[in-house]
Amino acid sequence: MIQFTNVSMVYPRGNKALQNIDLNIDKGEMVYISGHSGAGKSTLLRLINLVDRHTRGQIIVKGQNLERIRNKRVAKFRRNIGFIFQDHKLLNDRTIFDNVALPLVIAGNTHQDIKRRVQASLDKVGLLSKINNYPMELSSGECQRIGFARAVVHRPTILLADEPTGNLDPALSWEMMKLFEQFNQVGVTVMIASHELDMIKHMHKRIIVLNKGRTVDI
Amino acid sequence: MVIGIALAFPTGFIVFLDNIKVVSSNLDNTIELNLFLKMDVNEIKAEALADKLSNHEDIKKIILIRRDEALSEYKKLSGFDNVLDSLDENPFPNLILIKPKFKNNENSQIADLVEELKIMPEIENIQYDNKWINRLTKIIEIIKLVVLILSALLVASVLLIIGNTIRLSIYNHRDEIEITKLFGGSDSFIQRPFLYSGFWYGIFGGLIAWFLVLISISILGDPVKKLSYLYDANFKLVGLGLTDTLTLLAVGIFLGILGSWIAVKRHLRSIEPG
Ligand SMILES: Nc1ncnc2c1ncn2[C@@H]1O[C@H](COP(=O)(O)OP(=O)(O)O)[C@@H](O)[C@H]1O
Ligand SMILES: [Mg+2]
Repeated sequence: MIQFTNVSMVYPRGNKALQNIDLNIDKGEMVYISGHSGAGKSTLLRLINLVDRHTRGQIIVKGQNLERIRNKRVAKFRRNIGFIFQDHKLLNDRTIFDNVALPLVIAGNTHQDIKRRVQASLDKVGLLSKINNYPMELSSGECQRIGFARAVVHRPTILLADEPTGNLDPALSWEMMKLFEQFNQVGVTVMIASHELDMIKHMHKRIIVLNKGRTVDI
Repeated sequence: MVIGIALAFPTGFIVFLDNIKVVSSNLDNTIELNLFLKMDVNEIKAEALADKLSNHEDIKKIILIRRDEALSEYKKLSGFDNVLDSLDENPFPNLILIKPKFKNNENSQIADLVEELKIMPEIENIQYDNKWINRLTKIIEIIKLVVLILSALLVASVLLIIGNTIRLSIYNHRDEIEITKLFGGSDSFIQRPFLYSGFWYGIFGGLIAWFLVLISISILGDPVKKLSYLYDANFKLVGLGLTDTLTLLAVGIFLGILGSWIAVKRHLRSIEPG
């Protein structure tokens, strides 16, 4: 599903964020990326999402060589991917409904369909009652779950999350991880970047550890 | 609002220009050639000449003032009855007043007509005042040029204003743009709302401009009417017709979309997730 072959990433100012990465993630797999701050976790996810372009090697996602995807087709490619951020990045001037609906609006779904799917998605994260609220009226744990609802509402085949539990206390973090697991069980490929190695060890999933831009065996 | 004012100026100027054109074409009413006939041309000959001239293609109106009429008129006005009665002969020549046709501010036309009349044997002398016509035509030319330059500047400033407004709006929505891009929103999807706002700025700007010009015309209307009486040229200010209004709106919309399109092309690229 996601295949890195000898991938390096050097930022324009010469920061070597990733060096000679080889990895292979199967369809339906759930993988944690761990490592210290600055190890290259975010960069790894951003390469898959085409937010950044790798500078060497080859990345294949869903059978597509990322080098061959021109800038104009990046938007369409990204519709296969759901993304969750540490700071949830909800739009404060829009209701929860509108926030979650965004990927569907982008994809051009019908009004009926959008309504139905947003409700289903909010129901899954247990926040259907907040559908007409604004992000400011929610706790950060709730906001993170809204972010999750938005990331999965368009049923992406890949779900990427960058430090999704970074701002949450241990109990909420655990809840969040369970959501990922549920979602993974219906066949979605999930990659989660997190520096909290202790917690993710308890999840009994594959863990890829990065150190200064290289993969490390544990 | 600013857009409206910026659009109002060129529109106002154009209306102003329209009015000047109307003034100058109204001038034909005020221009008169006085043809003083030779003393030995009697009334019958004078009538024949007047008849002949009234068929001339460049002449709109002709009035023959017979020497007797001129004399009695003068008597009435001056009160010099006795002095005039003592004269053996009527000192007044027959006089023909001509109002020429006056097309498109064409001065030379009048000059041609004058040349043509001058060589007629019956005519002693022609009086007319053409200096100020020349001057007015030149002034109109200059005003036209100034208006053109000012309009170009103002159109450019409208583009800048709209571009800047949209740029700010893009900047204020950068989070939204970023997220939309991350979830696969295409450039055309993202730029659409900004082009819409450009469209609306254009329409509102056009409407405000239209309104401002309308107000100015109604304010200026009265003084202008009074002024025109002074010059014996009865004319009214011409406002914005339907075509002018539609053109104004179309120009507004065009500038609105163009301005926002330029802003979008320049600034949307710079907002990338990451
Ligand atoms: N946009 C960027 N421009 C330049 N260097 C960057 C950029 N983003 C990250 N880096 C550098 O790349 C390295 C990896 O960063 P990152 O992938 O954010 O690590 P992590 O997410 O594991 O903390 C760091 O040295 C960081 O300074
Ligand atoms: Mg990071």
